[in-house]
Amino acid sequence: MAITLSGDQAMPGPPLSSRLTPAQVWGIILLAPYLLVFLAFVVYPVCYGLWLARAPSNYVALYNDPIFARAAVNTLIFLVIGINIKMLIALFLSGFFAQQRTWIKWLSVIFILPWAVPSIPTILSVRFMLNPEWGMINHYIFSLTGDDGPNWLNDPTVALTMAIAVHIWKSLPFWTLILITGRLAISHDLFEAAEVDGASWWQKFRYITWPSMQTLYITCTLLSMIWTLGDFNSVYLLTGGGPADLTHVLATLGIRYLRLDQLSLAMASIVCAMPFVLPLVYFMMKRLSR
Amino acid sequence: MKLPGVSEFSWRDVATEARLLLIGIPVFLWTMIPIYHMFLFAISPKEDAFSGKLWPDHPTLHNFQIVFKQQHYFLRDFYIQFWNSTVIAVSVGVLTLVIATSAAFAISRLKVPGGRTVLNLALFTYFIPAAFLAVPMYRTMGNYGLLNNHWSLILAMVTIASPYAIWVLKQASDKLPVELDEAAVMDGATTLQIFRLVYLPLMMPSLVAIGTYAVLLAWNEYLYAFLLLSNDREITLPVALGNFLAADDSPWELLMTTGFIYALPPAAVYYAFRRYMVGGLTAGAVKS
Repeated sequence: MAITLSGDQAMPGPPLSSRLTPAQVWGIILLAPYLLVFLAFVVYPVCYGLWLARAPSNYVALYNDPIFARAAVNTLIFLVIGINIKMLIALFLSGFFAQQRTWIKWLSVIFILPWAVPSIPTILSVRFMLNPEWGMINHYIFSLTGDDGPNWLNDPTVALTMAIAVHIWKSLPFWTLILITGRLAISHDLFEAAEVDGASWWQKFRYITWPSMQTLYITCTLLSMIWTLGDFNSVYLLTGGGPADLTHVLATLGIRYLRLDQLSLAMASIVCAMPFVLPLVYFMMKRLSR
Repeated sequence: MKLPGVSEFSWRDVATEARLLLIGIPVFLWTMIPIYHMFLFAISPKEDAFSGKLWPDHPTLHNFQIVFKQQHYFLRDFYIQFWNSTVIAVSVGVLTLVIATSAAFAISRLKVPGGRTVLNLALFTYFIPAAFLAVPMYRTMGNYGLLNNHWSLILAMVTIASPYAIWVLKQASDKLPVELDEAAVMDGATTLQIFRLVYLPLMMPSLVAIGTYAVLLAWNEYLYAFLLLSNDREITLPVALGNFLAADDSPWELLMTTGFIYALPPAAVYYAFRRYMVGGLTAGAVKS
């Protein structure tokens, strides 16, 4: 369209030596840096990785590796249970933070801290709190009950739960913030009308809040699921995949294979996740690139 | 007549306030406990840190002194690692801004042929989990001979940061009126002049948000840093923090002190630019 600088007929310009206008030539030059980065650091690695993972024997080896099966199950638990709990809390808290109170404004400033600080020191801080001998939590369990507390990170179920908790701690502020913007976009008149009609808290949520927020909520949940697949830190820094490699997720398992110099297995484990990832990615792209 | 400042007392308001507090207090504790625990360790002598007290008997800044004087085996390269983190974060910020701004300008304002495809490819990269790309990226950097070189981490982080940057900047560019460009062309401005004199000044708020985003992303990155850099004098601070865990008798009070120092700059940057971040990033993060 002639809405840009490249209007061939509309704008008087130098005679065209080729089919491209000067503006389009500049466009290609300006786009080139990103294209180079994309080719060198996305296309080449992905193709090379797929080529490394081409042998069917890799998949047989993965199939026979109990750690892989366990990691796949853990990832599923992390995504299906962890993310849904997180998003429900975020939905609930977005209603809380939308209240007009000075102290709630201040609390929301503090609440964003886990998102603003890097995850390494805070996850390690939690890791020490959970230390069975020296950690603060077991110290208080002992002084309250006189019993030794559990060996938190030595039980795979508890350890994975803690990794999910750490993930929620870190990313809850971000999703709450986004859901707050969604909530604030709802017209206030609707709530006032509902108030006049004597609607209950639940009716207001069911018939006003939820219908206007459900698209945003579902988009956020899917996006969070995709990104959580790549959450290496919460598991690696808290449990290191242990005890006995029972708390790995796909993100840490790939790196584990890499450290063991089994690059083709690492790539194969990622390829196995693709049938789940790609539909989600496709769906998100459809949604965002309108 | 009601006196100013004196509101009517009602049990209903008290009940509402109490219910809000019942949510607010747990939220506050949940948020602060890991951070407070880190701070507590930083100001505690070793004996106090391991005793589980909520406030040390003898709060001290001794740990900070040890870190700043590099008086421990794990801390002997503290300053150079801090410097590495800074250089890498700033380089990623600058490179991302340059690459993403020019790409967004080309796609949104110049309507370059194929721009839509490039945007979709970028968006696709944005959705691929970073830990999945890390494995082939590690090998690729080896093939390019860049392992243990700061450029490997800089380029990797630019690769990860630019898709989102391009997308947000493209959304922001689309909102600028076309008439601006047309008027500038009428006045005889070249494409580069439009870019420099019209486009960049108008895009400033988004550029601040994206620059901050890229700097924080690079400063906070652990996985790529730990894969791509290994030499003690080349690594960034988070990798050095991870290396503390290598020993069985890790000096946790020093680890937490260093972690606290490491967490301060991004928190400060975040709060300083919060106005831009919240507007610029959440608007683009999820479009409902």
